[in-house]
Amino acid sequence: MPMQAEEIEALILAAIPDASVEIRDLRGDGDHYAARVVAESFRGLPLVKQHKLVYEALDGRIGGALHALQLSTAAPTGNE
Amino acid sequence: MSDTATRIDKLLRANDVVLFMKGSALFPQCGFSSRAVSILDHLSVAFEAVDVLQDPEIRQGIKEHSDWPTVPQLYVKGEFVGGSDIMLEMFEAGELQKLLEDKEVARAL
Repeated sequence: MPMQAEEIEALILAAIPDASVEIRDLRGDGDHYAARVVAESFRGLPLVKQHKLVYEALDGRIGGALHALQLSTAAPTGNE
Repeated sequence: MSDTATRIDKLLRANDVVLFMKGSALFPQCGFSSRAVSILDHLSVAFEAVDVLQDPEIRQGIKEHSDWPTVPQLYVKGEFVGGSDIMLEMFEAGELQKLLEDKEVARAL
């Protein structure tokens, strides 16, 4: 069952309030998204940990309601 | 340890580089797995590809092993490195090459 981009963004923001989230629907089918999540709270964390925080925010939906999420995470660089 | 956990443990001990993926290295069944294979091929790394579509127990077990919800998953010398997005980002930054060199992983002939 597809998810709305707004729903994904809201879930991420609820778990990582300082995040800036950008979602793209890659195929326009509500099932394949790319997300860019930039958060100060990611600073100093390894990428695996950053990605895990986003996956945790989505609370088991990846692989279920959400087929695929291409994920890119970072701490702010000042260039955003 | 469950049977599945033991099998995963053996796979990781027996192979320096293991990619848990959907489909085979020659015929990946998912864009993310395909991208992961391309990166390893590009780096000329010898790796063991484990097709989780052929093995539901491994498919579930590896997610628990790494506490990571998606496949593909790359392991180097028994350590979880990441999924395909992390692989691509590390590759583009030259970090994946460095990790493989630091861990003295053999290249494919």
